[in-house]
Amino acid sequence: MSRSSGWAREAQAVFAKDCLLELRTRVALGAVVLFAVTSVVAAGFALAPPSGVAGDVKAALLWVVIFFAAVAGLSRVFVVEEETRTADALRLAVSPVGVFVGKLAFNTVLMWVLCALTVPLYLVLLEAPVVHWGLFVVVTFLGSTALACATTAVAAIVAKASMRGALFGVLSFPVALPPLLVAIHGTKAAWMANAGWRAAIGDIHVLVGFMLVIVPASLLVFEHIWSD
Amino acid sequence: MSTTTKVLTGVWIAAVTVAAFTWLPPAQGFRNPESARIVVFHVPCAVLTFIAFMANALYSWKYLRSRNPLADAKANISAELGMLFAVLATVTGSLFAMEQWGSPWNWDPRETSIVMLMLVYAAYFVLRGSVEEKSKRARLSAAYALLAFPAMVFLIWIFPRIVESLHPTNTLFSRTGLDPAYRVTLWGFFAGLVSVYVWMFRLRLRVELAEARLRERRHSELEMEPIGAQP
Repeated sequence: MSRSSGWAREAQAVFAKDCLLELRTRVALGAVVLFAVTSVVAAGFALAPPSGVAGDVKAALLWVVIFFAAVAGLSRVFVVEEETRTADALRLAVSPVGVFVGKLAFNTVLMWVLCALTVPLYLVLLEAPVVHWGLFVVVTFLGSTALACATTAVAAIVAKASMRGALFGVLSFPVALPPLLVAIHGTKAAWMANAGWRAAIGDIHVLVGFMLVIVPASLLVFEHIWSD
Repeated sequence: MSTTTKVLTGVWIAAVTVAAFTWLPPAQGFRNPESARIVVFHVPCAVLTFIAFMANALYSWKYLRSRNPLADAKANISAELGMLFAVLATVTGSLFAMEQWGSPWNWDPRETSIVMLMLVYAAYFVLRGSVEEKSKRARLSAAYALLAFPAMVFLIWIFPRIVESLHPTNTLFSRTGLDPAYRVTLWGFFAGLVSVYVWMFRLRLRVELAEARLRERRHSELEMEPIGAQP
């Protein structure tokens, strides 16, 4: 068997294990979605009636909600391994690349579920003026994926340090900032009749480019974070 | 650093400062031409911030390759110096912005990006503070520095170019960007500042090494004393 299919199979196994664990306990999903729903409702209350609020404020607020919801739950994949003392077993069984890719896949799916559940709620409660639906879906999809890519390695760092909860937010904000800024910019373009794809094509390039840079960078340093 | 170099650095910086206020002509095309002199001090600080953070990433990479504690100490010192020059660049920039654009803070992309840079390295120091074990701290902070590096490159090079900026781009290295007198003074001040940077870097490293030696000595003294012995 070739090496590449080796880590791919390992990653698949890690991903399946994490999904199974998550389906049993629903801790990460519960934390993330509840946090997002709470902040969407709070934003709805604060901005009522939302029709008077400018579209760019709403676009920024949407991504602030998504980012902080992500901070509430994305560190769990690594923290849980340290807390239940299963990290050593995982280190013995699976190569670092397999662990990272599996965990990254899990976090990415978690972000997609989060967006699928809360973004429609946000659009309804805050009367978001979406004009270009296709663009909006693409930007949300790429933005949430990029956030997962940016924060997964940070989660691995945080799991090894003390004060994990507070630290994850502090450490992931600077790394997640580029995709966050670009996603906000692209969302604004999707909400304006005179903007659309032409205004957002640069944002899409930057989001894809960011992922293509941050994932290899994460893989390069992950080995050093993960091995004790 | 030899005493001669230190004295020369002092004289050099004093001379460039005097030149910036007397020899340098006020820059036309600004709201207050006299205030444009601050550019001579502001730009070198910003460039040096970038160099320091670059050095931090390089030493972090070196640490992960070699696991040499010295590389970790150098990475930490680079981050500290980068932070110091980032504050200086921000303060001088803010003063000029107040004169030129009417407000000390305009959320210009370059202003945004330097705040974000300071956040990256503030997070770096928080991370260092929250890990007790030395080798683990070095490993994790080096990994974080390398992770933050792509974000930093994005914030410095890409972001100011996709969003409209009040700052000029490409003036520093292009032939027509700067008046020759300004070019000479600016790079002159930069040279002086680099010398100060190297000096501070070495001083901090000496302190760090002295602290390490002190810890070692205390450690060995403790080991020599029999446990529970009364003095």
